[in-house]
Amino acid sequence: MTISVNTSVKVGITVNGEETTADVEPRLLLVHYLRDVLGLKATNVGCDTTSCGACTVLVDGESVKSCTVLAVQADGQSVTTMEGLSPNSTELHPMAAAFRAEHGLQCGFCTPGMVMAAVSLLEENPTPTEREVREGLEGNLCRCTGYHNIVRAVLSASGQNPDAVQTTSVDADADQSPAGGVESAPGFSTGSGA
Amino acid sequence: MIPVAFSYARPDSVDGALALLAEHGEDATILAGGHSLLPVMKLRLGAPEVVIDIGRLPELRYIRVQGDEVAIGAGTRHRDLEASDVLGSDVPLLAAVARTVGDPQVRHRGTIGGSLAHADPASDLPAAVLALDATIVLRSPRGERQVPATGFYTGMFSSVKEPDELIVEIRVPRTGSAGWAYEKFTRRANDWAIVGVAVVDGRVGLVNMGASPLRASATEAALADGASIDEAAALADQGTDPQTDVSATAEYRRHLARLLTRRALTTAAG
Ligand SMILES: Cc1cc2nc3c(=O)[nH]c(=O)nc-3n(C[C@H](O)[C@H](O)[C@H](O)COP(=O)(O)OP(=O)(O)OC[C@H]3O[C@@H](n4cnc5c(N)ncnc54)[C@H](O)[C@@H]3O)c2cc1C
Ligand code: FES
Ligand code: FES
Repeated sequence: MTISVNTSVKVGITVNGEETTADVEPRLLLVHYLRDVLGLKATNVGCDTTSCGACTVLVDGESVKSCTVLAVQADGQSVTTMEGLSPNSTELHPMAAAFRAEHGLQCGFCTPGMVMAAVSLLEENPTPTEREVREGLEGNLCRCTGYHNIVRAVLSASGQNPDAVQTTSVDADADQSPAGGVESAPGFSTGSGA
Repeated sequence: MIPVAFSYARPDSVDGALALLAEHGEDATILAGGHSLLPVMKLRLGAPEVVIDIGRLPELRYIRVQGDEVAIGAGTRHRDLEASDVLGSDVPLLAAVARTVGDPQVRHRGTIGGSLAHADPASDLPAAVLALDATIVLRSPRGERQVPATGFYTGMFSSVKEPDELIVEIRVPRTGSAGWAYEKFTRRANDWAIVGVAVVDGRVGLVNMGASPLRASATEAALADGASIDEAAALADQGTDPQTDVSATAEYRRHLARLLTRRALTTAAG
């Protein structure tokens, strides 16, 4: 990138392993580059305000909300969408296969974003606890499933047995609850003596 | 939602960014992680004519020990802070606070420099940096200056940073094994703090207790005078000026500040 100021910029983004280039306005969002310029419609727009996670894709392997990234910010980088995750429709990526096996979706609107967020989560934490999965997916909303089977899918994709992990983590969570077993508030408490 | 059209530049150095900032003056805005700026631009609450992208400058992305301090490049992302072994052992409060920011996607983009510059009193990192007695390093074509975090904020979304200055580095004293804690009160997953309290080594930073992040000075003074945790925490809302908004009344925020300060001091005391 030169140091000059531009109203139209040429971007080159590797999407699902293929080089793509286009002249775009700097204000073009990455999600619109994927959907409207490239025609890759798996990535959804839900809230358009960085809240729901439906637009989650990987940029250089890390989950981001593509409604809050400019296409030009991803220039020269590598983007993976749901379309590029599995080698083909019969050979599903382990995360996609786990979502299917564990019934981790109903209407499917949140699913592409949820799956990409989950792939990034396991990249950073290959064998998460149930709590870590729930917290790791807090940027992704699902209006259908109640999350339960999504959490199971992610645990299963990590090579763990969801039944075993969920049994042990109920005990672990009980330890963190205030007296009386009331579910602790979603706020964070952390410190040296904790 | 689509931002108003703007021109874009991605300089390949801090000096290049400073030159562009000087050239375009008030028409220009710095873009780092974009996770405060782009939402504002999408809502058309802001419409800079020139956007200068520093989000990918390697020279701003580092965490390194420098004597008694850890020096952190302004472009270091929340995720980098969270995952840093150096911070984990030398400044555990900062790594832990970074982990509470937004969600993983937000932490993969947002930067410490952007968070400090944005000067939102509801942000987590500014209060932590205040409690840590950090130093903020600013650079402009006129040179570099160091500002103590305690003297950085001047009010709602404002600081002593001049329009032609960039935050380039944050220097954080190594607190090592000193007691620390962060209490962030939210109602829902992924929310901003209604009130937050960062404690380290007897110093207390408050989130959302006024127009800017601030220290609970009365509590700190009481602790220094040998007051008990309960006595000191009861003073945590002194000198604060919290807002009433949809999530809490000012009075409730005062209550939370006292309560969370007591919890945080107790945790920090081990
Ligand atoms: C859904 C969501 C949830 C969030 N939740 C939280 C939360 O719980 N807690 C929290 O603290 N934050 C939260 N944030 C904000 C997030 O932490 C932002 O990333 C951060 O506040 C801004 O950092 P940035 O790098 O994205 O800055 P940008 O958005 O790029 O920039 C923000 C402002 O700072 C200026 N700026 C950026 N870098 C510099 C620099 N080096 N020198 C001078 N000026 C600079 C820009 O010009 C702009 O005015 C949330 C954001 C979103 C979208
Ligand atoms: S559409 Fe991007 S987070 Fe909802
Ligand atoms: S499956 Fe319908 S929103 Fe998640």
